[in-house]
Amino acid sequence: MSEEEMIEGGGEGVIKKFLYLNRRAPYGSIYALESLEVVLIGAAFEQDVSVAFIDDGVYQLTKGQDTKGVEMKNFSPTYRALEMYDVEKLYVFKESLDERGLTEDDLIVDVEVVDAKQMADLMDEQEVILSF
Amino acid sequence: MAFEVDGKTIETDEEGYLVDLSQWTEEIANKLAEGENLEMTSDRWEIVNFLREYYQEYQIAPAVRVLTKAVGKKLGKDKGTSKYLYELFPYGPAKQACKIAGLPKPTGCV
Repeated sequence: MSEEEMIEGGGEGVIKKFLYLNRRAPYGSIYALESLEVVLIGAAFEQDVSVAFIDDGVYQLTKGQDTKGVEMKNFSPTYRALEMYDVEKLYVFKESLDERGLTEDDLIVDVEVVDAKQMADLMDEQEVILSF
Repeated sequence: MAFEVDGKTIETDEEGYLVDLSQWTEEIANKLAEGENLEMTSDRWEIVNFLREYYQEYQIAPAVRVLTKAVGKKLGKDKGTSKYLYELFPYGPAKQACKIAGLPKPTGCV
């Protein structure tokens, strides 16, 4: 948003801490894509946004997704646009990566890998948690 | 809705966005621009082409705020302003330029 718009529109805005929790595989259901769209739309409201990936949700960020067989759009490149929407706090649950034989190097964006304690603290800090 | 270019039927949704993004050609862009009462000058082409590249890379049509920032980075500071973009696309750069570029309506464009 330009400075003008911020003064006009955001002056009295309340900033809350939002956490979007992604737990499901990217394809086979609409949850991952819907979550991503909500994050992008929400970004316009200048909230304090964090996004976390747990369980099969970690697959949403894996490199080399090929969706030809499932006839869905491969929307994984869009996660790389999050930074431009000022969504910079991405967390991935270490245990979920480990269980699936994945490491940070398998992911298309820079994330912070967190353990159970850190993930619990992160959730504790939030004012709003939306789970997908 | 639909229109014809080169004997091919091009379908658009109720707001005028292409249904099949892969159908896009420069000629179709000209036709879509006509519908917006805009002439495709080189400045407008620059933004439309930029949007197509952006979509290619990120699979998303950017919100105005993001478009402005990205244009500023890529095409120069003087072009990365809402003023410049709104002069080219008076009804909203994201909306009009995306439509002409054959992209879906920007996410977050309500």
